[in-house]
Parts: sequence; structure tokens; C-alpha cells
Amino acid sequence: MEWETVIGLEIHAQLNTVSKIFSGASTAYGAEPNTQACLVDLGYPGQLPVLNGEAVAKAVKFGLATGSKVARRSVFARKNYFYPDLPKGYQISQFELPIVQEGKIEVVLEDGSTMLVGLTRAHLEEDAGKSLHEDFKGKTGVDLNRAGTPLLEIVSEPDMRNAKQAVAYMKTIHTLVRYLDISDGNMQEGSFRCDANVSVRRKGSETFGTRSEIKNLNSFRFVERAINFEVERQIDILESGGKVVQETRLYDSVKDETRSMRSKEEANDYRYFPDPDLLPVVLEEGYIEDIAATLPELPAQKRARFIGDFGLSAYDAGVLTASRELGDYYEHVVERLGGEAKLASNWVTGELAGALNRAGLDISQSAVGPQALADMLGRVVDNTISGKIAKDVFEAMWSGEGTADEIIDARGLKQITDTSAIESVIDQVMAASPGQLADYRSGKDKLFGYFVGQVMKATQGKANPAQVNELLRQKLAG
Amino acid sequence: MSLTKQEVESVARLARLEITEGEIGRVVEKLSSIIDFVDQLQTANTDDVMPMAHPLDMGQRLRTDEIFEADQRNRYQVNAPEVEAGLYLVPKVIE
Amino acid sequence: MHKKTIAELSRSLQAREFSSVELTRHLLSRIDALDGGLNSFITVTAEGALAAAAAADERIARGEGGPLTGIPLAHKDIFCTEGVRTSCGSRMLDNFVSPYDATVVSRLKDAGMVMLGKTNMDEFAMGSSNETSFYGPVHNPWDLKTVPGGSSGGSAAAVAARLAPVATGTDTGGSIRQPAALVGITGVKPTYGRVSRYGMIAFASSLDQAGVLTRTAEDAALVLEAMSGFDPRDSTSSPAPVPCYHGSLQESLEGLRVGVPEEFMDEGLDSENRAAVEAALDVYRALGATVSTVSLPSLALSVPTYYVVAPAEASSNLSRFDGVRFGYRCDDPADLLDLYQRSRGEGFGDEVKRRIMTGTYVLSAGYYDAYYLKAQKVRELIAREFRQAFQHVDVLMGPTTPAPAFELGAKTTDPITMYLNDIYTIAVNLAGLPGVSIPCGLVQGLPVGLQLIGPHFSEARLLNVAHRYQQESDWHQRLPVGY
Repeated sequence: MEWETVIGLEIHAQLNTVSKIFSGASTAYGAEPNTQACLVDLGYPGQLPVLNGEAVAKAVKFGLATGSKVARRSVFARKNYFYPDLPKGYQISQFELPIVQEGKIEVVLEDGSTMLVGLTRAHLEEDAGKSLHEDFKGKTGVDLNRAGTPLLEIVSEPDMRNAKQAVAYMKTIHTLVRYLDISDGNMQEGSFRCDANVSVRRKGSETFGTRSEIKNLNSFRFVERAINFEVERQIDILESGGKVVQETRLYDSVKDETRSMRSKEEANDYRYFPDPDLLPVVLEEGYIEDIAATLPELPAQKRARFIGDFGLSAYDAGVLTASRELGDYYEHVVERLGGEAKLASNWVTGELAGALNRAGLDISQSAVGPQALADMLGRVVDNTISGKIAKDVFEAMWSGEGTADEIIDARGLKQITDTSAIESVIDQVMAASPGQLADYRSGKDKLFGYFVGQVMKATQGKANPAQVNELLRQKLAG
Repeated sequence: MSLTKQEVESVARLARLEITEGEIGRVVEKLSSIIDFVDQLQTANTDDVMPMAHPLDMGQRLRTDEIFEADQRNRYQVNAPEVEAGLYLVPKVIE
Repeated sequence: MHKKTIAELSRSLQAREFSSVELTRHLLSRIDALDGGLNSFITVTAEGALAAAAAADERIARGEGGPLTGIPLAHKDIFCTEGVRTSCGSRMLDNFVSPYDATVVSRLKDAGMVMLGKTNMDEFAMGSSNETSFYGPVHNPWDLKTVPGGSSGGSAAAVAARLAPVATGTDTGGSIRQPAALVGITGVKPTYGRVSRYGMIAFASSLDQAGVLTRTAEDAALVLEAMSGFDPRDSTSSPAPVPCYHGSLQESLEGLRVGVPEEFMDEGLDSENRAAVEAALDVYRALGATVSTVSLPSLALSVPTYYVVAPAEASSNLSRFDGVRFGYRCDDPADLLDLYQRSRGEGFGDEVKRRIMTGTYVLSAGYYDAYYLKAQKVRELIAREFRQAFQHVDVLMGPTTPAPAFELGAKTTDPITMYLNDIYTIAVNLAGLPGVSIPCGLVQGLPVGLQLIGPHFSEARLLNVAHRYQQESDWHQRLPVGY
């Protein structure tokens, strides 16, 4: 039997406002428990919500960037259920009239092909607190610092057909929210996470199978693994004649499996109704136009421009536009360098990315700025140093030894391009390796590399490699 | 009696209200009479009437994004039944 | 001293005939002596009151006193008061000390008023007789066997018995106007959005509105002006400026168009009560008003509409009382579910639980459209009928209640009978309108009220209309025997 997987994601992006969506408490991460939970967040008697305008503006940005409908009138509703991390016994969310409706987004897949994923809606809501299950006298501890942090819940259509597509979609949204500066996208801190709705059906079937919802996936890897596990699990059930139960499941990354969530077993009846403490959010045309005017160049636009203007491959363009900062860095390098887009791309995606990775830094924290990198690459272009030497120079720059020119001077790394100087080194090498020379001349072509190596060694890598090759070839031929 | 004992029990469960075996009969009776009473609403002709969620004909005001609440955990936790290390304690929750 | 109105007390304080401390002491001793039989206070804050009175006296001595400086008042125990127990009449909050003041409380504090204590009320304001309080029923000073009305029954009884010149109240379905009528005082429920709800423990958020209970409309104007106005902490607070209510009290009623809804004067109304209302209408005719009959055909549906909308909102509002962060927690919960169910089962009284259950039911899957959504539509019908009526008249008048105060226990067995007692007041909340009740007679020795209803934000006009009547009548000056 052939099975088809159907996946839809509900992505929760914390909006990067300084204060909470309905209160004046800080949203900063990592504070002592309950020190950022004010009376509104604690659901104290008599407390009332007042909407943070910045959260609304950020949701509107997302709507505009995805070509969605931005609702001129949206309504907050209460989602009622009891849980210790939900102080009021209801979550303020949007239900019937969300602020962002019906959009779509282009997703670039691993193989470079693209697909469109429909966005059903994106709505504003408040985050819940955290239950800490470590042992506190055998009890659960509740920290409400996160309660009231603004969330944008982005709901996709069930358009994805495998885990890789789901991950690519999630990455696309992740890149977008950071471009728009509406979320820091920090997945370790839970600022960007998703629930995956997964079902399988017979290939060719029009109707959806029964789905399960995997809650709270906070890494791309977990999304992929959880979906793959879940698909296998459902297929196993169906192939052995069973029925998939609609339920909420949790992914256990240690065991690499999903399991049913006991706490959510009870069929929920959320009793949504319009929150009488809040009035409808009415957005004027001018307000939306003002926000539209602040939108940055979006990832897809930037990617297309990099391909078109710089002649980059789709892959490189994708890597360089993964974040707004990286794209800016790259463009800065190219601008200063006055072209050499491909060289700059190789360096930014290669040496620089590697160094950042090893140091655990992001581009904004790079020890080598775009100007410094461009200046160094300028020395490669003008043949002052070779590409190989450039790597040493870059490393020295990274560890703070100075500018490219200073390092080249101090270490005497200037490339040797004087033909007579290179020839005299070649003569010395040939004289010192009579055996190898004889072998080479009797047909062992592979020894050419040996001579190149010797010459480079003798010049401490400073000889111009192209010249070395050419001159060696002539001399060895005798 | 418009409501059954089972319905009332499931509503009580949703509302997280304990109802003892001794009370249940009386609760079913009174809740039924209330629901029967509000059922009068079905007689009203409300075709083409927009539901009114709120008496105020205003839009939601938007607040500036700024922090104006400082930490007052100790004051706020005075009212809490059980606190440990700054956390509110509840019986063990199993997810 | 205790027989003086706020306006009179204010003049006496400014003229140093007596000090706020003396006045406060006098009222505290009256509470001490008389409240045992009334049970109108849950908490008396004698110490704080005397300190506030002394501060007010200093302020007056410095010549910085306003019209309310040094005037004692009582707050309904639904308003959060910093450092003072705020119980909402419930076991659930018997141990709850608020860490902050409600906006109403802080505004009146800023005006120099002196809080004597917190008044008794129906639990979470759910009741029409003040019999659902965890702290026991309040008695009507006119006849201790009868109820003072509810839910602001403690506030009403305290003002009627001259234990305080003014008390705050809240009105979700008549909870200021009905008790004001039943104890013979003036009660004002402002337009929804006029007074901040911040710090007022919510019953039904789209209906709740804070107001005042005083002896005269003039007093109500003074206090209402100080407590009204925009509050950035309440999204449903209106930015409309607050007019000087006191300044327009004397305006002429010549040409005032009074409408009397025929549905208010039907067979459900006690005949003597009806006669009292008609006599009051004659006074208005004499003052130059024209009286005509209008119709609010959907009025009969206001009670069932209310008993869907209010419990629905309440069921959600009261979910925060879960025994985790504040309030009552049951002993030794076995698990989380047990913690919730017993804390709430034991912490809430029967009427509150009944309304939570009703609200949960009407919002639950499968019933939402039939009940909640339907009620919202009928609510719109009712609001529309009021709007239409106000195209032809300036003020609507009628009885506040169908009959004078009933005896304690008379309506506690059947919730519907109790609910129907609010038939004339509930529609006003559904439409968000301002309403005033003023004393207009005695029926079998018990007070009854005349209700005035105006369009949104017409408080100034309503107070003017009420004040002119009080200049022509003395019902508001009648004192229950023994007080």
C-alpha cells in the first residue's frame, strides 16, 4: 500500500516586544521565577488587559509580508481551560476574527525547487507560563514570567507532504520573522516553536486521515524526527488494521518517539467567546500603509536579486539570505570590493561561516567586519597574496592581529611574482631532488605535485601558484 | 427536567466544581429550571440582527510598548497558599 | 452630624464646625452601635479611617481641601483596597489582602475621602437580596426582617442607616438601583465605560459598572464626578471628558420629554408602587415636563438574556480562583484536579456555583449558538429599542423594582423568582445605559424607587432631573426608625 503524509504546522513565534501583550511587565528571558509576573499576568482579581500596540504592528508586518489579508477589524476571544501555567483559567487569543487571514509563502526546498504553502491565518495571543516538574517537595512549581508574552500563532494549510517540506517551511517562516524583526526566533529559549498536525492517507485519497497533534517542537531537527516517527507509527497502525486516534502527542527527543499526553487526554471544550475586557481591534487604512512603508526587503526578493545581480547560484543566494544581517554583510563586502561577487560569496559562506560556527557567534558578532574582509580579499584580487595565504591572513585577522595589510607586512606574506626569483627557487629544488627529477622525467607525472609543494615550502607559500605551475612545467621538461 | 445528571456532571467537571452525591439532585433541578427559563430566548425573532458583544461602540486602544511594572514578587506572593523558591506550588502535574 | 448630606458636611468641615476626625469617630461609633443588627460591613477600618481623617483635617487647615476632603465613605467589598482584606463577600477571598487599590478607590482617596470600611454584598455580586454573602445577610434598616436588596446591599443599608454619607457600589443587573430603591436612598449606575473597572472584581465584564449610593442626587453628583473618567488601565474606559455634574443640577425641566415604557407599568407591578411612580410623574409634569408612553417590546426577554450573558462571562471571570496564586485552597489536595474541584467547590457558595455552571453550559460546544449567540442578538434588539425610544424622549421613567423589599428567605428557594425581581433594571445594563433610582414613596412603610434612564453619557441630565424632584419631595429625607 502506498501512503501519503499530510502535514500542517502551527508555528508560535514570540514577538520581540519589550513589554507583554496585555501588561507592562518585561518580556526579557531568564529572570528569576515570577519576578516578571505582574498583577495582570498573575490574573489577580480586578486586573484588566490593555493591548500592546507594538504586538499589533508586528502582526500586521507579518500579514503584509506574506501577502495575507490584514483584518480591518479583529477580535480577541477567551479560550477557557484550567492549567496551572494559565493564571486566569483562560488564554486571551483570537478565534473567529484573527488579525491576519489567508496568505501564502514560497518555500525553497533542499533540491532548490520551490513550493507554495498556504497560510490559513496568523493570530495574536498571550503565551502561558511554565510548569517546572523538578521535584519541589514532590510538587510542581509554576513560573509565570512567560505568561503574557505576545505570540503570533501562524497556522499553515495542510500543504506539506513530508518532514523535509515541513522543516523547509518552518525555516522559511523563521527567516522571515527575523527579517521583519518581529521575533528573535531563538529556539533554545522557546521563542520559536511549533505544533505539527500529522496524518496519513492512501495515496490518491481525497479525504484526510485522522490526525495527531505533536506539541511544542522547538528545533528543526526535532520537527523532522518527530514527524518521521509519527508517520511510521500511523502507517504501522493502519497497516495492521487499526485506527489512528485523534490526540495530542509529545515528542521525546531522548527516546526519539512520540507519546500520548495524559494531561490533554480529556476532550477539550474551550468555550471560546469574545473577551469583554477588550474591544475589537480596528485598523485604519493609513495605519496599515504606514507599516507597509517600513517593510524591509524580504528574503525571497533578496535571494532573487543576489542571483540576478551577482550571478550567484540559487544555493549560495539561499545561504547568504538566511538572515538579514548575513545578506547585509555580504553586500557590504561586495560593495567595498567593487565586484568579485563570487569570491566574496565563497569567503562569506566558507571561511567566515566556519569561523563563526567554531566560535559559536552570529554574523553581528563577527571578529572580522565586512570592510576588513573586503580589504583582505582586495589583496587576493590584486595578487599581493594567494588564496591560500589569504586563509592564514584571515585567521590572524580573526585573532586580532591587525588589518590584512599589517599582517601581510609583519609576516612578510607578500606573494612572490618575480619570475627570476621563482626560477631560482625552482633550480634549487631541482638540484636538491635528483632522484625525483629522474623519476619524473622517466614518466612519473604525479611527482609534479611534489615539486610544486617543495617550491611553495621553500617560499613559505608566497610564490604565485599560477606562475610556479607554469615555470615548473617548463623547467622540469628540461 | 431539561438536563440529565450526566450533563450536569460533565459541566461541573468542565468548570472544575466539586458537586457531592448529596447535592447533585438539587443542582440538576435548579440548573434545569434556569435553562428552561432562558429558553424563552428562542421565541425572539433575531433574523438579520448583529450580535452585540459589548455596549461600547469603540475600538481597542493600543498601548505604547514600554515596561512599567517592576518586580514585586514578595508582595504578590503573600496571598499564595504555597510557594517555594519563588514558584507557586501545585500537586504534581503529569504531562 | 450623621444626618447631614455630603454637601452640608463639606460646608461644616470647611467652616471648622467640626473636624473630619470628629465626624469619622462619630460614624465609627454608630457602626459599632448599630451595625450588629444590620450586618452592612464586612470589615471596618477604624484605624486607617482616623489616620486618613487626620490627614484630611490638615489638608483643610492648609486651605487645600476640596468638596470631598474629609468626607467618610464606605466601599463595597468588591473594590480592591491596598492592605485591606477584599473578600467580594466570598469564602474564596476571605483571606485575600489586595496589594493595590482599585481606580475608584485611589481617586476618592486622592480627593481626600476617608474610608470607614468595606461593605457586605452578595457573593461576587451575584444576588438581588444580599443573602448569598459568605458573611451572612444584610438587613434592611426599615424592617430588619426584610432584605436591603442586592448585590450592593451593605452599601445601601449603611447609607440608609446613616452609618456613612456615601458608599460605592457596582451594578451588573440592578445592583445599585434596586437596593437604593429598597432602602429609600439615591443610587446611580453610570454609563458603561464612565467609571473605571480596574480593581473592581469582575462579575460580568460587559455589564459591570461602578457607581454610588447616597442620600441625595446632589451628593451623588459630587462623588461621581470625582470617581469618573478615563483610566489607561481599563480598555473599556471611555475617553469622553467628565462634565461638571454638580454645575447643572439646577437646570430647568421645562420641556423635558419623559417617556414611560408601558412594559414597566404592567400587571407585574405592585399597585401601590405604581401609584407612587405615578405621583412622581405628576411632580415632573408640574416642573414642566411632558409625559408620554413608549414601548420596549423586548423588555420581557431582558431577564433571560441577562441570565445567559452574565453567567457566561462570570464562568470565565471566576476561573482565576483556582487555589494556586491567591484565595481559598482546600486541605490536602490529592492531585491537581482535586485541588481545583474542592478549592472551588468549597470556596464558592451555591448561587455562584449555579451561575458558573449556567455560564459553562451556555458556552459549551453545541449550545453556544442557541444560547450565547442568541442572547447577544436579543441584547442588540433591546439596545436598539432603547435607541429608538431616545429619539422621541429625553428620559425614561418607571419603577425600579416591582414591589418594596421582601422578607429574608422569601425568594431563596427558587432562583427564577429572585431573578425576575430585576426585571426593570437589567435591560439598562444590557444596553450600557446610565440609570438612577431615587426614593418616591413608601409602600406599607417600606421605601420604593423611581428609576430614571437616559441615553449613553447623560449622567448630568439624569442627576439634574433627579435633583429637581428631590427639591419638590422629601422621600429622600425620610429616616428609618431607630437610625
